This record gives sequence, C-alpha cells and structure tokens, in this order.
Amino acid sequence: GFRDALNQAMDEELERDERVFLLGEEVAQYDGAYKVSRGLWKKYGDKRIIDTPITEMGFTGIAVGAAMAGLRPICEFMTFNFSMQAIDQVINSAAKTYYMSAGLQSVPIVFRGPNGASAGVAAQHSQCFAAWYGHCPGLKVVSPWNAEDAKGLLKSAIRDDNPVVFLENELMYGVPFEMSEESQSKDFTIPIGKAKVERQGTHVTMVTHSRYVSHCLDAAAVLAKEGIECEVINLRTIRPLDVDCIETSVMKTNHLVTVEGGWPQFGVGAEICARVMEGPAFNYLDAPATRVTGVDIPMPYAKILEDNSLPQIKDIIFSVKKTLNV
Amino acid sequence: MQNMLTIISNALCRITGRNVGAQTVSEGSRVVVSRSFADFTPQATFDIKKCDVHRLEEGPPVKATLTRDQGLQYYRIMQTVRRMELKADQLYKQKIIRGFCHLYDGQEACAAGIEAAINPSDHLITAYRAHGYTYTRGVAIKEILAELTGRKGGVAKGKGGSMHMYAPHFYGGNGIVGAQVPLGAGIALACQYQGNNQVCVTLYGDGAANQGQLFEAFNMAALWKLPCIFICENNKYGMGTSVERASASTDYYKRGDFIPGLRVDGMDVLCVREATQFAADHCRSGKGPIVMELQTYRYHGHSMSDPGVSYRTREEIQEVRSKSDPISLLKDRMLSNNMAAVEEFKEIDIAIRKEVEEAAQYATSDPEPPLEELCNHIFKNDPPLEVRGTHPWATLKSVS
Repeated sequence: GFRDALNQAMDEELERDERVFLLGEEVAQYDGAYKVSRGLWKKYGDKRIIDTPITEMGFTGIAVGAAMAGLRPICEFMTFNFSMQAIDQVINSAAKTYYMSAGLQSVPIVFRGPNGASAGVAAQHSQCFAAWYGHCPGLKVVSPWNAEDAKGLLKSAIRDDNPVVFLENELMYGVPFEMSEESQSKDFTIPIGKAKVERQGTHVTMVTHSRYVSHCLDAAAVLAKEGIECEVINLRTIRPLDVDCIETSVMKTNHLVTVEGGWPQFGVGAEICARVMEGPAFNYLDAPATRVTGVDIPMPYAKILEDNSLPQIKDIIFSVKKTLNV
Repeated sequence: MQNMLTIISNALCRITGRNVGAQTVSEGSRVVVSRSFADFTPQATFDIKKCDVHRLEEGPPVKATLTRDQGLQYYRIMQTVRRMELKADQLYKQKIIRGFCHLYDGQEACAAGIEAAINPSDHLITAYRAHGYTYTRGVAIKEILAELTGRKGGVAKGKGGSMHMYAPHFYGGNGIVGAQVPLGAGIALACQYQGNNQVCVTLYGDGAANQGQLFEAFNMAALWKLPCIFICENNKYGMGTSVERASASTDYYKRGDFIPGLRVDGMDVLCVREATQFAADHCRSGKGPIVMELQTYRYHGHSMSDPGVSYRTREEIQEVRSKSDPISLLKDRMLSNNMAAVEEFKEIDIAIRKEVEEAAQYATSDPEPPLEELCNHIFKNDPPLEVRGTHPWATLKSVS
C-alpha cells in the first residue's frame, strides 16, 4: 500500500546514501506516528533516525542547517498543520537560499508528512497546504496519489538537490495499490514536474491531485455509464505544474474541471484556470473552467458536517455535467 | 654580526612585507622606522578580564599570550573591518548602497577574536550584522562592497545584498532574527554526524536572545551534545530597545539554563580569543554545546536608517570610543609593551585605507548583474526551466 511504498522509498534511499537521515516526532522508537517509518530505527539506529522534541521551528531549522552543511535530511511533520510553526525555516531558510546566494549554498532537504483533511480531526488539523507552498519559488511541491507515485516521487525528492515539500495524505496511507514490476527496482524514480493521465477520455479534462484522483476516477466510472468519457489527470507535482499535459488534454476535450480538497480562494484550481486562460488551450474551451474544492470554511467536526465540507463524488459528477451543459 | 642582522632583516621583511632595516630612510617628510628587530618584543603575556561562568568549574585562562605577528594580524583584521564598514556608511549616504545596512564598527574584536581561535574548517553562522564575519571567513573586501552595491562582482552576484553573503563554511548573513540559531545547531549536527571534529559557531544578538526558537535549539543541542558554540553578541540594544527593556534576565550567558556559559569582554580581542578557544575545546571534547556572551558595543545605530542617538546618549557612545575601543586597546597594549612601532601601525592604516578605497572603486564601477541572470539559481542541478515573468508573454529562463 501507500504507506509501505513510502517506507520502502526511505529504506532504499537510507541504504543508498549515508548522508540521508530522517528526523521528526515519533519517527524512531514509536515507528512513526502513522507508522510510515516502521522498522527504520531498528535497522539504522539513532544516528540516522532521530526522534525530536515537539519543537517544529527548532528541529526544522536544525534539519535545514544540516542540509546546508552537506547532509540530506528528511524532515517529517506529523501533519503539515504543524509546519506552520516552522514555515519561516521552510521558506526563508530553505527555499530562498540558493537564489540569495547566487548558487553558493544549496539546501537538499525533503519536508514530508500528511497534508489536508483526515477524518474527524477538526479545523486545526485538516488544512491543505498545497496552495501555500505551491506559491513559493525555490520550492518543489509534490503530491502523490497512489503507492507508485509515493515511492517514485519520494525517491526523486530525496535525490533532488533542492528543498522539496512532499504532501502525503493520511487517509491514503492504508489504501492498497498494485505496484508495477518496474516500481520494485531500487532505482525506480518518477520525475518531479510531470503529471500522469490516469484515464483517457474525450469529453472533459479532470485535473486533480492526491486523494481526489480516486474520487475523480470513481466519478468517471459513473459518468462513463452515461456516455461521458472523462480524462483524469493526476498532477503528481503541484510546483512546477505540468501545464503542457493539462493544455494538451484541454485542447482535446474542450472542457476543464479541477478537483482539490483545499479551499477555493487562491488555490491550486485557481492557478490551473489562470494558466489555461493565458495559454493556447483557452481557445479550445467550449465552456468556462470549473473548480471543485473544499468548502470555504474551517473544517467542522461532526461527521455529517465534515462529509459536506469536502468534494464528494456526486459534486464532481454534478460539476462535470454542468460544464458539459448536460 | 652585521651580516646576521641583514639576514634577519631580510627574513622579517618577507614576513611583514615591510622594508625595515638598521638605517634611517627619509622619504620626503615621512620617516620610516629606524630601529632594528632586536628592539621589538616578539611576544608578551597579558592579564585579561576573568570571565563570569555558569555551570562551569573554571573558565578560560586569565592570561593571554600574544606574539608580535599575531598582534599585527589582529590589528590588520580589525582595522580592515572598521574601514570597510565606514566606507559602507559613506556609500550608503551617497545612495550607492540601498536597503538594509547593519554596520559592525565597534564590535571588531568579536569577529577577529573568534576567527583567531577556530580553524577555517570550522563553521560559522550569524545574523544580519554580518560584514565583519564575511571578511574574517575569507571573502575579499571588494566582493563584500560590490555585493552591497548590488553588482555582478559581489560575492552573491548582487542577488543577496548586505544580509545574504556566503562562503565555504560560512552560512551568512541571515535576515530573520533568531532563525540562524537552529540552523547553526543543524550545522553542528552535521559535524557530529560526519565525525569530523569540527564545531559550529552560531551567533545571535541580545535582541534575538529572547526568541523561542533559540530555546528549542538549546534543548536539542544539549540533548544530543551537538558541537555548537552559541554566541550572544550583546551590544546592549536590540534596535532601539535597551536590554533592560527587552529581557527579564540580561544574563545572556545563563539563558542556556542547563548549558554551561561564559560572559566575556567582547572589546578585548584576546579575551574573545581565549574564551572561544576554551569553548571550542569544550565542544570538541564531546561535552556538548556551550553559550558565550560577548559584551560589546556598536558605534552606529541598528542600521543606516537609525541615527542611534534617540535611545542612547552621545556621551555613552563617546565614552566607549575613548575607553574601550577594541582597536585602540590592542594597539596600546602592543605599543606599551614595545611590540611594534607607532609608524608601523600608521603604515598598516595607510595600506588598509588604500585597499578599501580600491575595493570601493571596484564596487562603484563594476556593472550591475545582467538581466539575463534574473531568474537563475532557483534550483541546483536542474535542467533549464521557464519562469513566469510579469505578464503571460514574458517567459523568462532559469538555469542552475
């Protein structure tokens, strides 16, 4: 599954390069708050797998400093909500440094952890940070959907000489996925910055990332019964955005629907729409693009409220039909 | 005997780069030294102020040995930093330097003393009052000034400015107060991880000393015994706020709590050197981090936009200049112990002024970075990428 893929990726990269190490809360002796790092401390010990106190700003700064001095840290946030305490280190110390130093000082670091909504964890623990981190030059921002994405993209992120924000999703950790033969290789990587067409279609382009790829595929299956063939694009990377893939698809289908869990204002979908407007695909649109997003509210707790705060399959189906005017 | 003196004279000419001989040489109205080397004291031991200690049985020694060569070297370094900062002041007032410019004059003994006690292979990180350290860590004056003036010959090609200069084992120059402290602890972690016996000197000011992230860094550094020397340069004012108005405890050397600490006279380069040596030994022996408070003073305001006299008196500034100036302290020590001649110092001053003037010339005549460079250095080791310009038709290119 997704979790095992992440574990495998880290294990392989720890073995491959002794400069790689993992730090974060509960990553070592607890085997990871979400068990993503299970077994790694036992195998690699205190030096390579480090439990930190609950001090995000401090340990994130330490991780960035270690990267500046030649190591290749993986800095885990128990959830990206806690990264807000450390966001200055991510943006000002990590992302901007290569530019400010005109190439003298690089920061080869991965910031990873669960992002976005979970189940019943309420407002302070459910925010999606794709748009916030995706806004900043100097960062690469990655959002895997399935196990293969998780493994290939995490390996690429660790091997990348630049700061990478790696957005996982807690609800995906336990989901089983088939892994291809190719992905079993210790050198299997997926390039950062390239989206993947998960399902070919002709009537509408759905652009999405992370958990909502599943939702879009499910919606597409339902729509197919009514003769509507959806092309589903799994972004895989938020920054840099694979605009070419999106444009090629829109030029084929003439319709665009974006789907994300984050809030609508200034979000990933907003950026995709703006980019499509500015490029050649605009002239191929037969209808304005539509964004399907989380509801513009802090996340509530009660299940009925939470369920209705996030895009459901019916919302996606509804939006596709509205866009197609059927 | 005469032959012997000539041999010694020639050898020492090579070392000091000066032509000193047994005769008097007149050049116009200038008289060069007319004494032989046998007259100068090659080495002397000085009493230095005892350091206050926190959680330590004993502190650094109360005596420091200084050789003539060391003295002249420290003098040269401090005077260079002094002249460089004053030149920056001048260029800023001429609007050739823009934005933030935080000057270090008054604090030279800190940078010079620290560098004297560590190796080039050790690491150092500081905050934004960084020009002095940029120099002591090996960057040429002209590259520093050209960075301040935003030219392509600047150490960061004009893209960083005053607060973002870097060199091998020197991690800037950091603009966010306190952020450099966890970074420094991280660099120390890398030293420990790699087992290279190096230490990281992590500097911050009295203003930053209250930042929460410092205490987070102290905690982890102590827990993991990181080889980190945390140094607070206490210049008594965090921008316009005196230490008494900002800190519930102004004993910055004790603020590490469970981390041992030293309070050091930061105006005495020998004190700083001995304390740093002590601290480095402590870290290298695996005892973990240590905190040092350097009591120092800045002559300028917080930055060039702060005249620096609304929150302190001119009398106070003048008092420090006349009684505690780090460069004068060293010079007076050497002169009163017959370690060098007045004229030697004058010659050094002249040479430094010339060097700084030439650097300023370079910094004002070097071209600005070309626009083609605008988007470069976003990522390392990446293929070229397109960068969005100010409008959709402006597609710019970025190379690593």
